[in-house]
Amino acid sequence: MGLQRILFGDNQFFGVNHMSEDKARAQSMRFRDTESIMKVLDNAYDAGIKVFMCTTYDRVGDIADIVKSNPDRYPDFEFYPCMPYAHKYANSVGEVGILETLKRFSPSGVLGTMLTGAMSVVTQDVNKMLRLLVDAEMKRFEGVKTPVIFLQNVITDFILGLKGYQFLVEFHRYVQEKYNAEAGFITMNLPLLIKVLTENGIENPIVCANINKIGFRMCGGVEAYKEVIAKNNARVVAMSVLASGAIPPREALEWVCGLEGLDSIVFGASSKGNIVQTKQLIDEFWGL
Amino acid sequence: MVKVALIGAGKMGLSHFAIISAHPEVEVVGVCDSAAFLTSAITNQLGVKTFKDAKKMYKESKPDAVIISTPNSTHFELAKEALEAGVHVFLEKPLCLDPQQGKILSEIAARNNLVNQVGYHNRFIGTFQETRRLVEAGCVGEVYHIEGKAYGQVVIRPKTGKTWRSKKSEGGGCLHDYACHVVDLMNYIYKTPSKVRSAQLQSIFSADIEDAVFASFDYDAGVTGYLEANWSDQSYRKMSTTITVYGKKGKIVTDRQELRVYLSPGNTFEELQDGWTSKYITELQKPVNFYMRGEEYSAQLDQFIDGISGRSVAVETNFATATATDHIIESIALLGKG
Repeated sequence: MGLQRILFGDNQFFGVNHMSEDKARAQSMRFRDTESIMKVLDNAYDAGIKVFMCTTYDRVGDIADIVKSNPDRYPDFEFYPCMPYAHKYANSVGEVGILETLKRFSPSGVLGTMLTGAMSVVTQDVNKMLRLLVDAEMKRFEGVKTPVIFLQNVITDFILGLKGYQFLVEFHRYVQEKYNAEAGFITMNLPLLIKVLTENGIENPIVCANINKIGFRMCGGVEAYKEVIAKNNARVVAMSVLASGAIPPREALEWVCGLEGLDSIVFGASSKGNIVQTKQLIDEFWGL
Repeated sequence: MVKVALIGAGKMGLSHFAIISAHPEVEVVGVCDSAAFLTSAITNQLGVKTFKDAKKMYKESKPDAVIISTPNSTHFELAKEALEAGVHVFLEKPLCLDPQQGKILSEIAARNNLVNQVGYHNRFIGTFQETRRLVEAGCVGEVYHIEGKAYGQVVIRPKTGKTWRSKKSEGGGCLHDYACHVVDLMNYIYKTPSKVRSAQLQSIFSADIEDAVFASFDYDAGVTGYLEANWSDQSYRKMSTTITVYGKKGKIVTDRQELRVYLSPGNTFEELQDGWTSKYITELQKPVNFYMRGEEYSAQLDQFIDGISGRSVAVETNFATATATDHIIESIALLGKG
């Protein structure tokens, strides 16, 4: 199967816009129900984009259910889940603390028992806790294709900062073992991440980062990114290629498609026209 | 290398830990926290020495600097102890629950020539920095009113709070959590109010603390201000802060992502024409070396290290500016009781 070249993103569905709260609000009203999201996904699918790269919001479970129950309509539909939905955990930590949050979101109270009953189990095996949290996030994708499973940037970069690299290795190992999937890592620090992953034995890792002409949220700068992408020792997915709309589409895509060594692009759009146009531009620049 | 220790490994403490640990000129030499499940994980998984007692940490790990992210009621004692041990201090906001204590800390820091900083990270966001520049430069003319608002969802149901954040005695509540950010940002963009005219504190779901704060300010020369903070508003996915500055030639409305300037007919400023103009964070934010959860969190710690290394003399948001913020918070608390 392998990593596909053009992926459909989900920010537009869930009230996320890095440039404008107003745009985000308008989008969240438009995509109130699953049906309206599904219409857009249908447009993307019919335009030839078979991958939905999505955060593990609860509502994504409804979309997975629709895809699962309509195999004839969606024979090639793939999900690339991105976990976790961090705000859920962050808000909860503010409310009830770290320990209670772990209990609240652990599957069927297993973790709760671990945490209250035998504290030493947790402290000795943080990896086990991480595996349980991965399973909790993956529950809503049962029965659909998830060939690549991403770790969200706030977690990847948190681990990167703490230098707890063994957790990245364990995530990579576990999603392969349990879900027969490849791990992907989203980051805002691409040069550093690729260096760390390869040094820790993860060869040709799948990584995803902001890659745009104006260098928005590209730690290390545009030149360092260009250099590391051209090395071809990682499969790189570009996100935020339009920098939330700061760059006109044609100019943005021409630049990003011209990068030597870039493997994939993820983009989000709401209208059929924008989806088709973006897909055509990428096809044109990449000669697909 | 600057040797940095941390006290408090909760939500903010762990965030600072990851960011400072990624700084190329920093070595993390110790973490102090009372929760055993955290300290043993930090020791076993990350190989960083942990402590239950800060004094012991200073003695054994000999840090140059400490980052304190503990419940608000503990800030004064912990910061004082650090400063007296000759350690530079980065302290989570708010500075102290009693402004007199902030003044004492400020004096000790000055006497010992130590860098002191408070975690008012909004001052490091490009849109707010540009707003301050525009207001100072007279873009909207003479200012007559400033408004600051913050909303988010921290307390969204009754009696669920189990942390210090839900206890008044430990400095919990929307006033010391959300509203202090707004006060500090208004102080930064315009100036410190001369007086808090009125204030109301409202409990929406909580028993012991306020969930919303409403206050009005007086500045010199008849300028007025208004503040609203509410951490029980579920229409916001995460904390969202907006500042509006009204001037006689126009106004500026700014949040984390976007700065919108309106200039009334016939007025121009620099490249801005009359009518509405938007500037976006994508063009206004200075890059950082390591990004985890917003440039501002990295930028504030970069500045702390710059201060210690002697590269930056004046530290933005220090104990003196944070004491000014504490004074306003105290007035709001007193008036808000009714």
